[in-house]
Amino acid sequence: MLSLERRAVDSRAMQWASPLLALVLTIITGMGIFMALGKDPVEGLTFFFLTPLSDTHGWAELGLKMAPLLLCAAGLTICYRAKLWNIGAEGHFLMGALWASVVALQLGGQSGPWVLPLVLIAGIVAGAVWALLAGLLKTQFHCNEILTTIMLNYIALNLLLYAVHGPLKDPYGFGFPQSEMFAAAALLPKLIPDTRLHIGLLFGLLAAVAVGVLFARTFIGFQLKVLGQDERAAAFAGFPAKRLTLLAFILAGGLAGLAGASEVTGPLGQLVPQVSPGYGYTAIIVVFLGRMQAVGIVLAAALLALTFMGGEMLQIAMALPKAITGLFQGLLLFYLLTCDAFIHYRIRIRRAPKAVAGEA
Amino acid sequence: MATAERLKLEHIVKEYPGCRANDGVQLTVNAGEIHALLGENGAGKSTLMKIIYGVIQPDAGSITWNGHPLTLQGPAHARELGIGMVFQHFSLFETLTVAENIALSLPADQARDRRKLEQRISEVSEHYGMALDPRRYVNTLSIGERQRVEIVRCLIQESSLLILDEPTSVLTPQEVETLFRTLRQLSHEGCSILFISHKLQEVRDLCHRATVLRQGRVTGECNPAEVSTDDMARMMVGNETPLSTRVEPRTPGEVLLNVSHLNYRTSDPFGTSLQDLCMSLRAGEIVGIAGVAGNGQDELLRALSGEALVSNDSITLSGVAIGQAKPGLRRRLGVAVVPEERLGRGAVPSMSLVDNSLLTAYGEGMVNKGWVALNKVRDYASRIVDAFGVRTASIDSHATSLSGGNLQKFIIGREAMQQPKLLVASHPTWGVDVGSAVAIHEALVRLRDEGAAVLLISEDLDELFQLCGRMGAICAGRLSPLVNTSDLTIEQLGQWMAGDFPSAAPSEVSHAVA
Repeated sequence: MLSLERRAVDSRAMQWASPLLALVLTIITGMGIFMALGKDPVEGLTFFFLTPLSDTHGWAELGLKMAPLLLCAAGLTICYRAKLWNIGAEGHFLMGALWASVVALQLGGQSGPWVLPLVLIAGIVAGAVWALLAGLLKTQFHCNEILTTIMLNYIALNLLLYAVHGPLKDPYGFGFPQSEMFAAAALLPKLIPDTRLHIGLLFGLLAAVAVGVLFARTFIGFQLKVLGQDERAAAFAGFPAKRLTLLAFILAGGLAGLAGASEVTGPLGQLVPQVSPGYGYTAIIVVFLGRMQAVGIVLAAALLALTFMGGEMLQIAMALPKAITGLFQGLLLFYLLTCDAFIHYRIRIRRAPKAVAGEA
Repeated sequence: MATAERLKLEHIVKEYPGCRANDGVQLTVNAGEIHALLGENGAGKSTLMKIIYGVIQPDAGSITWNGHPLTLQGPAHARELGIGMVFQHFSLFETLTVAENIALSLPADQARDRRKLEQRISEVSEHYGMALDPRRYVNTLSIGERQRVEIVRCLIQESSLLILDEPTSVLTPQEVETLFRTLRQLSHEGCSILFISHKLQEVRDLCHRATVLRQGRVTGECNPAEVSTDDMARMMVGNETPLSTRVEPRTPGEVLLNVSHLNYRTSDPFGTSLQDLCMSLRAGEIVGIAGVAGNGQDELLRALSGEALVSNDSITLSGVAIGQAKPGLRRRLGVAVVPEERLGRGAVPSMSLVDNSLLTAYGEGMVNKGWVALNKVRDYASRIVDAFGVRTASIDSHATSLSGGNLQKFIIGREAMQQPKLLVASHPTWGVDVGSAVAIHEALVRLRDEGAAVLLISEDLDELFQLCGRMGAICAGRLSPLVNTSDLTIEQLGQWMAGDFPSAAPSEVSHAVA
């Protein structure tokens, strides 16, 4: 008989083995799915994981997709360490993209070194304000942040759709729901010439490191951790729970907002309805897969960025639907959460209990 | 008295991950015998009890019931055989009546006729001198009365072995007397009683035989009436640890803490509001507050720590009004607090001792412009561990990995090393081994001798009488007068614990201030 038994001490090895195990299980299941679809599993996996990275261009695209994931994930890490289950990075991201676009278009033909910072700051502020809404709903009215942030995501998406179909719509855009192209002064500099990779990746890496330092070295980070692990101890020590909660939301919103701003001022150069393929949601997986640690998050962001590229590649090469990206991401999260159970528990094979000196 | 063996346990072994809770335990309870099971917290008493009541299965060993070998299928099976159990934390539904609660644990045919059942309850409770109205709702009953419901429930099921888990810890001294009378009567009628406790005097007064457990093993068996409490304590704790602290009296200094007409309405539906509390504490004295759990002790602690804010003038520290000050500010002014819950309030379970030092001692130069000076925190943590004899693998161990006593020594050390003017400690030795309790008492006395005021909130009357210069009791959110311990009898204190004192005593307070 198999039984789950609580470990006396949480397994440190499993803490890091769990994401790897989840990846292996995801790949095995993925092979099964390819076979069920009548495709060669090895070929499918090659197209998914390897082909996208076969040249410099591929690596640049990987970096491009890592940038928003890293920014969103860094912000979410702050919330999740404090056990604030902010699912709203997608909404913060969209608001950041929207308001960065508004400012970029308002500044129009202006040139000067201050244009781009202003545009990015607009994105940061917009994301932070959007997150602060959910934060205030939680601290003032005890609204569950999971529900409010998800609902705010849809509101943000519809505001963005309204903007590209209405006030921000390019009058010369042949009726397409998209904004004008931004002026050059509002665009992020390229990191590698002749690719789409821009300095947003540096923002992302910087954010990951900053969050690492926040929790390893600062008192604010410590207070957030205590708040997450033991609310009563935080109250006993006199840590300001409400202010810390709002701060976590503001930081998460600002970073996701910057991600949105970097996306429109980076590879897109304009506001389009499909500004995010779900970066804000995927970032949740990045945080858990990366164990809420700086290095882990960078690695996880790279892997999840690859699932976007692999999905596109399979669409082209094997005529599989785009949903394959979501499928792989979902599998990964599912297996990760399953494997995480073994951090706290272990499987024990139990024999039937020894007979205790006969029956009554 | 009959000498037939009612229950016999042999070579009982039960292992949990990381610890062997029972290691070859032998125990025999005769018919009509009151048998004490003695041991410190963590000695394996609870595990053994659960095995006898069928809650868990032993890994090895045999159980014999009235001469027949037996495998218990579960608590229902145990009840059917006549084994009744009164847990420390009662399992009663507050919104149901006494009779309804008892009906829930009876077979359907006995529970159906409510009138007959009510009659039985009245008969049984009257017979054993435990007045109980079957139609009263449990939420209107005192703790002592609730315990009676549990006992009557077992008696109605015609238990021939009654297991009582630390039954006196929730009772006033007078209630304890009543309970003991009932238990003696039961024993005369042939019912066996397994009495689990660590209060040695009670065991001497009540029990015919005692089995002592230490670290999962039986370390002795004795007739409690014939051996001294010190001898029993030795069996419980082994030879290495000292048994108690000597406290020299000391003359207190000027008034440090003054609480005047403190009112606090709790928002917790199960909490107790504080009404018009007045007291003052002087430098260099330990003042004790006795009381049955849940009478406002936690609310008082929260009002003093700043977790709950009260009218600003109702609390002053060295003349500064702090009723509205938050916990951080109060700490800076010299208030240190040891809460009742060690894990999950006093310390963060999943954090290391290093992080748990930072939790409240951050004012000790550990934070510089928002940056944590990690070496200073580590240094502070190791100083606590050294100075207070905290037994731990390292300062990086999680708080959960420490035993209750060691974690409590750590928390007391963390607070004491901040050199507070006022230390408020709630149940500091609850569930702590004797060795740690002595160390904790010594730390409190040392703080007093260094000129701090110590407020000790406790249910342990021995502890209070031993340490405190002045003491009183709290009941239903009201505070009795605080008088010199030497002038206080245990009977008087018992009455105060039951709420029998004149409301608010301003004359006493002004006297103490002057």
